Amino acid sequence: MRLALERRGERSLAIALLSPLLAIVLTLATGAALFWLLGKPPVAALKIYFLDPLIDPWSLQEIAVKATPLVLIGIGLAMCYLANAWNIGAEGQFLIGAITGGWVAVATHGTDAGYWVLPAMLILGALGGAAYALIPALFRVRFGASEILTSLMLVYVAELLLDWLTRGPWRDPKGFNFPTTAEFDAVATMPTLIEGSRLHFGAIIALLVVIGATIVLGRTLKGFEIKLVGAAPRAARFAGFSDKTLTVVTFAISGALAGLAGIIEVSATVNHLQPNISPGYGFTAIIVAFLGRLHPVGILIASLFLALTFIGGESAQIALKVPLDLTKVFQGILLFYVLACDTLILYRFRLITAPKVAHGVR
Amino acid sequence: MEFVEAVIITIITASTPLLLAASGELVVERAGVLNLGVEGMMIVGAACGFAGAYMSGSILVGALCGILAGAALSAVFATLTLGLAANQVASGLALTILGVGLSGLIGAPYVGQKIQGAAQLHIPYVSDIPFVGRVLLGQDGFVYVSIALIIAIWHFLYRTRAGLVLRAVGDNHASAHALGYPVLRIRALAVLFGGACAGLGGAYLPLAYTPFWVSGMTAGRGWIALALVVFASWLPFRLMIGAYLFGGITILQLHAQAFGLGIPSQLMSSLPYLATIIVLVAISWVRGRAGSPAPASLGLAFVPDR
Repeated sequence: MRLALERRGERSLAIALLSPLLAIVLTLATGAALFWLLGKPPVAALKIYFLDPLIDPWSLQEIAVKATPLVLIGIGLAMCYLANAWNIGAEGQFLIGAITGGWVAVATHGTDAGYWVLPAMLILGALGGAAYALIPALFRVRFGASEILTSLMLVYVAELLLDWLTRGPWRDPKGFNFPTTAEFDAVATMPTLIEGSRLHFGAIIALLVVIGATIVLGRTLKGFEIKLVGAAPRAARFAGFSDKTLTVVTFAISGALAGLAGIIEVSATVNHLQPNISPGYGFTAIIVAFLGRLHPVGILIASLFLALTFIGGESAQIALKVPLDLTKVFQGILLFYVLACDTLILYRFRLITAPKVAHGVR
Repeated sequence: MEFVEAVIITIITASTPLLLAASGELVVERAGVLNLGVEGMMIVGAACGFAGAYMSGSILVGALCGILAGAALSAVFATLTLGLAANQVASGLALTILGVGLSGLIGAPYVGQKIQGAAQLHIPYVSDIPFVGRVLLGQDGFVYVSIALIIAIWHFLYRTRAGLVLRAVGDNHASAHALGYPVLRIRALAVLFGGACAGLGGAYLPLAYTPFWVSGMTAGRGWIALALVVFASWLPFRLMIGAYLFGGITILQLHAQAFGLGIPSQLMSSLPYLATIIVLVAISWVRGRAGSPAPASLGLAFVPDR
């Protein structure tokens, strides 16, 4: 007797909607066990980690701030993954966007440049991210090199480039030898939504991207093309859609969105360039994309939950003295459970008893 | 001469973690499974290896801890991708994210601690012969294990029946299943073996390469190991050449940094990553229309129909 998978006749819609919730519940249960192993009271620890941030107004704002880059990157990645193009180097595209956009702020620092600075930063950030994402995409379609490995390798290269810029040519001479650029001028700073809060205009941009992506994926030919190439590549070829073009297009879109997220993050919260500007948004956004069922609205909700894990991780570090790495552990476990639960959309479990061997029957 | 000798010895030590991790992944991919979690298994292997060696005072215990940790993580991956037919690319990424986090948790108490690194082989008189003796007979035990491992893998894949079955499973899982071979069980064993190798490769770093634990100390070596398997066209001995080439690049950029040629150190540090990209592009381009020698079922989920 054993348990085996059996293909369902059709995709189960109920489970498609329930599986992310189930994954979160399982992650919380595993989290409780993990806290217990670390010698912390499980229930109290879970409350500090996942509940307390939700009842504190400052933390709620901070969740929206941290969700902003996750939404932007996650939607771009979802388009790639729907089209079966594996961009896992969004972290690098995020950093390059911060660099190319940040260049405008560094170059105009201390001049009387006008209000064109911030828009120029955003545009250059998106272009920089897109250009960086095009490298693995073109290597893929032109030479057949694995886009998974090349896009990931470029993350390390981008990290080293940012490190060099902020320690070398772009370092603020008045910065007491700290590896940072000068603070951005007012015209290079993303305006906040409410006076005195950290919530900034970038959140609005992210919401607009959610709406735009929903329309593109749900109502346009390009969106249909993206989904068809991923789901039924053979049918897509007969329909005349080119998977190569689509790899390039989806990589460019996701690179642009990651780059935009990078420059928004830098101009809104960090306000200068420094070697570490991201707690791994580009990698967390991969989880966001899957938890959100590769759908823009789902991604919006998923990014809020993963932003919560960042905030909760910080408060748990202070209140419970647990390492900050616990956040990554939770995020990894969550992705495991999401992928495991997704199996139930296409398959059901079936108990197979040992087959009876019929003797003498022909 | 002495300088060349020192360079060759450091190249071998820099290559060994890559070779250990990549040889495991080669077997995994030959069985048709793409486990992108090598980086995660390596870093957990490194943290557990250091913890084990620190507590027991024995390098061997440390290496065993690394092997077990890598295998344990790969068991999670096997459950997900083989038991539940989940997407292999995404599951591998999850394994890396989880591994990086776990290694931080495990390694936290050991930051700043030191151990006595693995001893080098020393046969009286013989190992003292200049050059030949030092290079061939003066390495640490891991180096010999890695070379023995490659020979054993080659023998297994090409000279045993079990190896033939494993390759058949990787090239056409449906046919192998129809012939009555337990596809999922063979793949699960291959994945566990790959995890053990990645864990050992990771453990090599704090046990022999630099005798302390630093968070994130694998620095992308797991990803380079994955690229090496592609570079090697899934062939064991070519994998060995590739690993030593990459070890060479790592060491040459370190020596160039020490000479201080006026080149930014960050540019030199990025050389192994850039070289990986260039090599991947070149090898894919050279193969061109001849088609990829990758196992035909690589990365595809298999669910037996009954």
